[in-house]
Amino acid sequence: MSTDNQGPIWEVFVQSKPGKPYKHVGSLHAYDKEMAIENARDLYTRRNEGTGIWLVKAEEIVSVKSGDEESYFEPADDKIYRHPTFYNMPEGSKHI
Amino acid sequence: MENSKNLEVFQAKIDAEIKIEPKDWMPDEYRQHLIRQMSQHAHSEVIGMQPEGNWITRSPSLRARKILMAKVQDEGGHGLYLYCATETLGVTREQLIQWLHEGKAKYASVFNYPSPTWADMGAIGWLVDGAAIVNQVSLQRTSYGPYSRAMVRICKEESFHQRQGYEIMATLMEGTAEQKKMAQEAFERWWWPSLMMFGPHDGDSPRSSNAMKWKIKRETNDDLRQQFIDKTIPQAELIGLKIPDANYKLLENGSYETSDIDWDEFWNVIKGNGPCNTQRIKQHAAAHDNGQWVREAAIAYNEKKEQQLKSA
Ligand SMILES: [Fe+2]
Ligand SMILES: [Fe+2]
Repeated sequence: MSTDNQGPIWEVFVQSKPGKPYKHVGSLHAYDKEMAIENARDLYTRRNEGTGIWLVKAEEIVSVKSGDEESYFEPADDKIYRHPTFYNMPEGSKHI
Repeated sequence: MENSKNLEVFQAKIDAEIKIEPKDWMPDEYRQHLIRQMSQHAHSEVIGMQPEGNWITRSPSLRARKILMAKVQDEGGHGLYLYCATETLGVTREQLIQWLHEGKAKYASVFNYPSPTWADMGAIGWLVDGAAIVNQVSLQRTSYGPYSRAMVRICKEESFHQRQGYEIMATLMEGTAEQKKMAQEAFERWWWPSLMMFGPHDGDSPRSSNAMKWKIKRETNDDLRQQFIDKTIPQAELIGLKIPDANYKLLENGSYETSDIDWDEFWNVIKGNGPCNTQRIKQHAAAHDNGQWVREAAIAYNEKKEQQLKSA
């Protein structure tokens, strides 16, 4: 690591309210966990945007690339019986 | 062969309003255009902190100082959102800053004008942020995902910037003759530079065509400029400011006709001959160099802690 850099990139996830999922909001540079948390607070929650913050080093994230979409997500296409709208309900049935 | 298929898929996504994401295939020209435009945008946010930072310690009240500090802090944040978004294109932060210091990357020319009075804080917030908002609202729909998302965030934060500036102008215009004069002069200093922020006429802008086809840009420079003019002239008139343009007039369609911009001045400031070009870069480079020991200390501290973890 050179001695004049901005530190590794961290991805920032913010929870807007208790009970809500954490949502990706952007990224930042920090040299360690503590600094990452302080920077995330100053950068992404200046206006009460959140009640919780998750941080993860960008290099630690595993993901499915856009180019792989077909082989990953296509198998779900022919399994429409996983959706409730697939089923025929008798005329007049309620609360189901 | 491979490339033309990729290009087809890419353009089809753009046409269907599907955002391009960092790991998607994209033409190199699209990537380079974005790196140039987004880093220029990021640099503008950060360099833009200077003319206003200049007044923080001289604000006329505690209220005004708190507002100005919050505003300038937001601009720093905008710079950071945009640097991070630019880095998703495969360029490092260090590189972007180096290009700025070497003069290879530009920033908005408007920040090369000085801010000699308190009224300039009003004019900058109202006009410069006002013009930036028009541009940024349009860019929320840009085709590159990370850029678009940064714009949405930034737009949410901008509206207070413009309102605090207009409030300063309105307050001065209700004050003494001297205060009114100060406001009018600041208005005159910033009116034309803020119109220049939208860039040259579209016919004179060499990179417009692909930028529109690829939906990096959604509206033309001239359309955006007109939107700003039509919003701003009535605001100026409402508080008693005189438009520094002998030829402006209201048209039947509710839009305003104005004189053409002094394009010689525009190109001259872009070329580096504005009143503050040298000073702005010098100050940025000095701040960066003065922060080197902090970066070094932070790296050393982190290494020490990792060592302690390993030996524990
Ligand atoms: Fe901004
Ligand atoms: Fe702003």
